[in-house]
Amino acid sequence: MHVPDGFLDAPTSIGTGVVAALAVGVALRAARRELDDRTAPLAGLVAAFVFATQMITFPVGAGTSGHLLGGALTAVLVGPFTGVLCLSVVFLVQSLLFADGGITALGTNIDLMGVVTVSVGWLVFRGLQAVLPRRLSVVAPAAAVAALVSVPAAAAVFVVLYAVGGTADIPLDTLTGAMVGVHVLIGIGEAVITFLAVASIVAVRPDLVHGARRVLARRELEIRPTSAGVSA
Amino acid sequence: MSGTRRPSNRAVALVVLAVALLLAGVVSFYAAGSPDGLNRVALDQGFADTQEAHAAGNGPFAGYATRDVEDERLSGGLAGVVGVLVVLALAGGLTFAVRRRDTSDG
Repeated sequence: MHVPDGFLDAPTSIGTGVVAALAVGVALRAARRELDDRTAPLAGLVAAFVFATQMITFPVGAGTSGHLLGGALTAVLVGPFTGVLCLSVVFLVQSLLFADGGITALGTNIDLMGVVTVSVGWLVFRGLQAVLPRRLSVVAPAAAVAALVSVPAAAAVFVVLYAVGGTADIPLDTLTGAMVGVHVLIGIGEAVITFLAVASIVAVRPDLVHGARRVLARRELEIRPTSAGVSA
Repeated sequence: MSGTRRPSNRAVALVVLAVALLLAGVVSFYAAGSPDGLNRVALDQGFADTQEAHAAGNGPFAGYATRDVEDERLSGGLAGVVGVLVVLALAGGLTFAVRRRDTSDG
């Protein structure tokens, strides 16, 4: 969904740039609460993993492809604020080094594929956690559903931005249908990748998964007497 | 459950890095080449031509291809590996810099 230069007009791009700068500023402060000596190294690797996975475009229908955005994935693995930071770095590198995503559209892309997917993904994930049983086995499926919802949500926000500052006169109802429709399909791919990645880490080291912390906090109380302690 | 030995932080990190390098360096060659969702919609709805040339479009790795490397597999794979390492350095450095240092409970 990398928006190139020219799709949105200059005022809109400046506006999205300001929003992105504010979001990254907030994330820089708040990520401190999510990151410690144990989890910080994983965060950089998750960003590298998202970059790599975004290169693996998968077909969705005839003549169309999609790729992971990574909002729900990063939010669940390393926390929402750290997730915004990780994805912002990915989009910055993609734009400057690989000419993928416009430079004037960098703010737009951070907002859509970073802030929106992380926010929607994290809210859906936490909402599901609130109503589902507190079990480790629920973490990856909840992340997958959050991933599925986050992609069409970002597509819908693109349409809103296009309505505000699109450089061509496109009927909004057909644009909405087309954008949300294709991105529901891409969202299915997003859900599958997110499920596999989150389930893999949960299976071997659930203590490293930000979204599993609440589940583990309760479980530790139950198992503590039998164990000699958790190795670092 | 609690008796099984869990892989160390280092082991998890190395596996994640290896998977990222494998995906970007090797598997990316087999990725779908068709336009992505947004570009498909832009083509279908008739605003694809509003796209402007990218200011960094002449860079050494523009378009996920390495300049002057003829072999397509090698060219894309090199670009992918460079991207993984650059993202890792920047994002890793950033998250390492903002982390809490006073960890009491780990």
